[in-house]
Amino acid sequence: MTRRYSALSLFKEGLAGQTGWKQAWRSPEPKPPYDAIVIGGGGHGLATAYYLAKNHNITRVAVLEKGWIGGGNTGRNTTVVRSNYYYPESVDLYGLAHRLYEGLSKDLNYNVMLSQRGMVNLCHSTAEMEIGARTVNAMQINGIDAELFSPEDVRRVAPIYNFSPDARFPVFGGIWQGRAGTARHDAVAWGYARAASRLGVDIIQNCEITDFIIEGGRCRGVQTTRGAIRADRIGMAVAGHSSVLAAKAGFRLPINSYALQACVSEPVKPILDTVVLSPGTGVYVSQSDKGEIVIGGGLDRIPSYAQRGNLPTLETVIAGLLEMFPIFGQLKLMRQWAGIVDVVPDSSPIIGPSPLPNLFLNCGWGTGGFKAIPAGGTLLANLLATGKHNDISRPFDLDRFATGRLIDEAAGSGIAH
Amino acid sequence: MQLFPCPFCGPRDETEFHYGGDAGNVRPDGADVPIDRWAGYLYLRGNPKGTAREIWVHVNCGEFFVMERDTVTHKVLSSAALGGEHAA
Ligand SMILES: Cc1cc2nc3c(=O)[nH]c(=O)nc-3n(C[C@H](O)[C@H](O)[C@H](O)COP(=O)(O)OP(=O)(O)OC[C@H]3O[C@@H](n4cnc5c(N)ncnc54)[C@H](O)[C@@H]3O)c2cc1C
Ligand SMILES: [Zn+2]
Repeated sequence: MTRRYSALSLFKEGLAGQTGWKQAWRSPEPKPPYDAIVIGGGGHGLATAYYLAKNHNITRVAVLEKGWIGGGNTGRNTTVVRSNYYYPESVDLYGLAHRLYEGLSKDLNYNVMLSQRGMVNLCHSTAEMEIGARTVNAMQINGIDAELFSPEDVRRVAPIYNFSPDARFPVFGGIWQGRAGTARHDAVAWGYARAASRLGVDIIQNCEITDFIIEGGRCRGVQTTRGAIRADRIGMAVAGHSSVLAAKAGFRLPINSYALQACVSEPVKPILDTVVLSPGTGVYVSQSDKGEIVIGGGLDRIPSYAQRGNLPTLETVIAGLLEMFPIFGQLKLMRQWAGIVDVVPDSSPIIGPSPLPNLFLNCGWGTGGFKAIPAGGTLLANLLATGKHNDISRPFDLDRFATGRLIDEAAGSGIAH
Repeated sequence: MQLFPCPFCGPRDETEFHYGGDAGNVRPDGADVPIDRWAGYLYLRGNPKGTAREIWVHVNCGEFFVMERDTVTHKVLSSAALGGEHAA
């Protein structure tokens, strides 16, 4: 059994030369049947398993991951956590996630390093300022903390921005969310894995789902590279690979897969104490706890499963960054990488039953699902446990593409797609 | 930087092209098209991992064409003017 982390356990390990730490989660052999299977060991899959055990007392659960947990987008993102969305449906969803994030380190007994250093979405013209005011109003009416920033306010939180009179992207103000910030992405995956494992969940890595077991028109399990595993409730949270698995289950999804890339600089002393996003340049940036400048931008230009990203997009991102922060021109880039994200026409996730009975979906988070992990897990767990939507997941059902009740968060989702 | 083959202009910089969707996704016709057909046409995608047949537009000359491409390697397998085969 893993032990609880505490100041005392840290102190004792310090004296013992850090030799007594145990594996944070078990690595059991797969059992033939489970009460529920979760496909995908990213944040959403691991959180689903944790909440199945914690909220619904369903502990005979397997998380099946083709690689290693957190090796998908959950370990590749730029770690921004926020809830500054526009529509009430989105606010219920991302607001739930944000609140759960605020208590997550305590709940999981694992420090996810949530750092609520605030975030500003910049406005570069009077027209953008008007839209900004509208967004702030919408957020406030929906009960989300938001403030309309003046240029002086922006200067206060991001003094190194290019405020010179001939700046190509002058600052007219911005949308501020003080509770926004960043969290350590790996820690979110590892914290959920450890907490789920403690409650009895089997986390099985290097186990790829190759097909579904379909009997009497219902999903009854999965074929994997480690044999057949059966369950009558199956949840799928495989991000950019949702269409691949949907094809095996016999249906299509309103999803295109794209690479989304990011890069980090060498670490430097603290210089940027907030998250800055500019829809104008299509760039967002923050400084990590280690001191690296973490840089993200828009989607790559072509549908892709190549997990590396392409040069024209990176050039656009870097060009935009240097317009905003000329001082960063001195930095060396240390790493660049990409993840495959699942892009939906209305930039909102898909949560709900799939066309194949017993199989449930959590996908379509596109470029922004890290911040949503606690909510995505809560909602998929609820669907698996009860077979039904609750009020928060209902609007995100797949049926919205037939009914036309889209939740078009192209603006609230923040970056260009 | 990748070159894409426009059937009219030849190999050109990838940034000159826009993706236009699945080839063969034909607009339903008529007054009594069922809702799920419309939803399928408007929103559902094959999104294959591997070989994909896609509609592209070369922005510079304005021509739409069919390109066959591997979505993992990004290798272009074929490129042809849009003919009747769009419906296939
Ligand atoms: C560069 C980049 C920056 C981002 N920045 C942010 C950000 O700042 N804030 C934010 O909120 N979001 C951000 N995102 C988006 C966010 O990372 C994702 O939406 C989120 O991590 C999705 O989590 P997930 O658990 O659904 O998917 P993943 O973490 O990708 O997990 C899915 C897992 O499924 C596994 N899998 C796939 N196929 C199979 C199979 N056949 N069998 C078994 N397992 C399978 C994969 O190996 C993977 O581990 C960013 C994404 C990228 C790529
Ligand atoms: Zn051309």
